[in-house]
Amino acid sequence: MNIPAELKYTKSHEWIRREDDGTVTVGITDHAQEALGDIVFLDLPEAGRMVAAGEECAVVESVKAASDIYAPVAGEIIAANDDAVDAPESVNADAYANWLFKLKPANAADVDALLDAAAYADIAADN
Amino acid sequence: MARITPLHAVHVAAGARMVDFAGWDMPVNYGSQIEEHHAVRSDAGMFDVSHMLALDLTGADATVFLRTLLANDVAKLTVPGKALYSCMLNAEGGVIDDLIVYYFAADTFRIVVNAGTADKDVAWMRKQIARAGANVTLDARGDLAMIAVQGPNARAKTWHAIPGSESASAGLKPFFAAQVGDMLIARTGYTGEDGFEITLPAAQAPDLWQALTAAGVAPCGLGARDTLRLEAGMNLYGQDMDEATSPLNAGLSWTVDLKDADRAFIGRAALEAAPATQQMLGLVLLERGVLRAHQQVFTDAGEGETTSGTFSPTLQQAIAFARVPLGVAVGSTVEVDIRGKRLKARTVKLPFVRNGQALI
Repeated sequence: MNIPAELKYTKSHEWIRREDDGTVTVGITDHAQEALGDIVFLDLPEAGRMVAAGEECAVVESVKAASDIYAPVAGEIIAANDDAVDAPESVNADAYANWLFKLKPANAADVDALLDAAAYADIAADN
Repeated sequence: MARITPLHAVHVAAGARMVDFAGWDMPVNYGSQIEEHHAVRSDAGMFDVSHMLALDLTGADATVFLRTLLANDVAKLTVPGKALYSCMLNAEGGVIDDLIVYYFAADTFRIVVNAGTADKDVAWMRKQIARAGANVTLDARGDLAMIAVQGPNARAKTWHAIPGSESASAGLKPFFAAQVGDMLIARTGYTGEDGFEITLPAAQAPDLWQALTAAGVAPCGLGARDTLRLEAGMNLYGQDMDEATSPLNAGLSWTVDLKDADRAFIGRAALEAAPATQQMLGLVLLERGVLRAHQQVFTDAGEGETTSGTFSPTLQQAIAFARVPLGVAVGSTVEVDIRGKRLKARTVKLPFVRNGQALI
């Protein structure tokens, strides 16, 4: 299973990368894209939207099913990946390169509390 | 414990993603569902459909019994090998299952039913046989496997894979079957493409699967089977109709044969007492998104509901079946509630795709 060690994770299969400017980039894990199958549609949040931790803020749809994506921490959406919206299959091809949205956390410490790669690997192995 | 087909080990060895389907551990895809879908539309793909159950109905009363059991009329079947699609209804006119019945002689039929309904179907049939005192024998053929080979090149690749099969099956018209040695080769399917459904002894299934693979037929999972049948406008039992649904409201009126006024098939009285109030139309989403089952549909003639929906790999847009009031015209614009947003969709006549060609 491809679970990069330098990223943070959620139980709901999002990955989170800390950027130098204090923002985070969010996508879905390789395990998630494989479980979903061919991705055909992304509905991503608009920049400027304030989200709570765990709030539904995006939808990834495969030919098989629709899956909600949750904000990993509270904060403000600052960008959505329009390239991925135009080519949803890119998330299947490389789930870590093709992010979904960027977020400015309300509280930087919230990011530290997310799962590390080892903890996420245990969760992914169970489903 | 999930049930497995004679091809289970072959699927696992091929790296298929396995899922539970009606209590069976079945392949949903072997990698990309969309690539499998396109393989069937443009070349040839194959599906393990051994989870479906074949039943042999034989005996002096077989024709008379089936004319009572089924909503379509097996009296239409007069040429050996001819197949007929029918619903089997309960007394209230609800659909117990949809099935294919093959005629071989007035006293010899083969029936193929859905996996998820097989047990209740057999129980229902046995109850009706007893009630009618019919002189028939119903034999569940759990010893058989079924492989559907579908696509524009499916027949040619099948002939390549099964030596000697061409002479016996090249003359088959659509919806006809022929016995070829141990195999029943039927020119039927569930994809909207040409092809065969091959029934054979379970032990021979892995060798045939390998021979078809060697002939260039792509293994396809239940995922592609679903998007293909949806594009082809074919109902899925349990989703587009069930025991609470009249076939007249589920786009299946064409399968209910009322011509012989004396044929008192089970459910007939209920259907005649309750004419259709709804129709099944196709929807094409005009905005970005994906249609799914059980989304509310708003029309000028009243509300309806999607029963199946997906992203169509052939049309590259979202499609659905919708059960809507009779007053809704083909070509009209309706609204569909997708996660609280109302998006516009156009109503179309089914099917969406046939023989590789978009029809909308």
